[in-house]
Amino acid sequence: MTGGVRECDVLVIGGGPAGLCAALAAASCGVGVIMAERDGHLGGQLAKQTHKFFGSARQFGGERGFLIAQRLAAEAENAAGIEILTETPVLGIYEDGVATLLHRGGHMKVRPRKIVAACGAAENFLAFEGNDLPGVCSAGAAETLINAQGVLPGRRALMVGGGNVGLMVAYQLLQAGMEVPALINHAPQIDGYWVHAAKIRRSGVPILNSTTIKSAYGNGQVEGAIICEVDENRQPLPGTERRVECDLICLAVGLSPLNGLCQQAGAALAYIPELSGHVPVTDEYLRTSQEGLYAAGDAAGVEEAATAMEEGKIAGLSAAVALGYGGTAAQEALTEAAAELKRLREGPMSERIRRGLAVLRSEVIKC
Amino acid sequence: MLAKDGLPEEGDLRAVMPDEKKLAAGPAAIIECWQEIPCDACARACPNYAILPMPNLYERPQVDFSRCRGCGVCLSACPGLAIFIADGSRSEGAVLRLPYEFLPLPQAGQRVAGLGRAGEVLGKFLVLDVTGANMRENPAVIFLLVPPDMAMRVRNISLEGA
Repeated sequence: MTGGVRECDVLVIGGGPAGLCAALAAASCGVGVIMAERDGHLGGQLAKQTHKFFGSARQFGGERGFLIAQRLAAEAENAAGIEILTETPVLGIYEDGVATLLHRGGHMKVRPRKIVAACGAAENFLAFEGNDLPGVCSAGAAETLINAQGVLPGRRALMVGGGNVGLMVAYQLLQAGMEVPALINHAPQIDGYWVHAAKIRRSGVPILNSTTIKSAYGNGQVEGAIICEVDENRQPLPGTERRVECDLICLAVGLSPLNGLCQQAGAALAYIPELSGHVPVTDEYLRTSQEGLYAAGDAAGVEEAATAMEEGKIAGLSAAVALGYGGTAAQEALTEAAAELKRLREGPMSERIRRGLAVLRSEVIKC
Repeated sequence: MLAKDGLPEEGDLRAVMPDEKKLAAGPAAIIECWQEIPCDACARACPNYAILPMPNLYERPQVDFSRCRGCGVCLSACPGLAIFIADGSRSEGAVLRLPYEFLPLPQAGQRVAGLGRAGEVLGKFLVLDVTGANMRENPAVIFLLVPPDMAMRVRNISLEGA
């Protein structure tokens, strides 16, 4: 410690799949890691996800999310060289390279030689009349309540959003014993995997495409929603309004990368709709334009847990190699992770991500 | 329609069904996985190498029915709950195995509503067996006796009114 500032090789921000894999990969090279997680437990969103994940054996494809989280967390807890700080949000990264962490009620200052930002993403909200009524919440919040905290947030939930989050959480609400009168989707076709849609359909949940929420109503809390159809330009069609009785309205309308720390640290951002918003410009080693700062997982572009894990490995290994650790084994592991990431992304389902990354990587030349 | 709500049409189903001879000979896996998802959980799980290996991770699973013994390991492994086992070899009807992740589980010997892909009730059917000892890791499996013409239609059960 110098002047109350702790030194370390690598600071990993976030203990989700990307952060855990980054910390493990860096530590495997002999690098000293501090991993700061703002929540009380590790695993990120995986920790509350009860469904099995797609992927290859390397990302534990075929295992339930919370079991993958437990596996990675146990590995990190047992690994030499990783200091895990939970309930420790990172507040800022300053010009002198010092990061401040809120830890046990006080400021902890850390001067890392490298930083991996694996801060994840935040759920989007939706503007409609009555969206401030109690009973309107994000799908992720409902998922946390039912799966992590054992609290039933309502009896009858309208799900808004036809992506994988909407489809999966609708299924989990059914598992928790709630009714789901409908899943509405403003696009003409579902965006999530068809197998996830099939699961809620065979449980009797209708999927209403080209449909949006106009308003929520209720006396002091949600008692229902007015939904309506939209035209091909996604504008409400007058006269198509109808009432759905429900006491919960779950919004699964996309995620936005948490880019604040990267931006504050001075990394260039680019707006890439295919990656869900403003993301730090990164190269294939996940280096940002800010010296010593790497980004991985949803913070670098919203994708899936499997790709977040491989990105975490790449960022952690890149940081270790840049510090002179790991030797040829690290180089080989880096090559393997890059190949696996490419394998995960080469199918038609990843076309959008590939398009976004192509634009993002062309930005590297500009900065 | 698949893109609208994940429901396959006749042609989609025909492409993944074993032929009548195979169905009549014993249990076989029916894999209702329609998209090129980067996942090979079923192929890795199959002990009989009946699901062809996927050099490209995103390939759709393809069953070599000459090797498939209908053991159901793939049904438990599939993250999409998209694999069902049908056995047309019994004289009393077809035995379907369905992945199931709801509580309470039905009991063997109970009659439950059989649901179609859109959740519609198709009749009341006898539960022959239930394996649900390890739902923390894998879905439970419901063994359901259905008329032969229902083997490609029933995909869920409901205990309501059972």
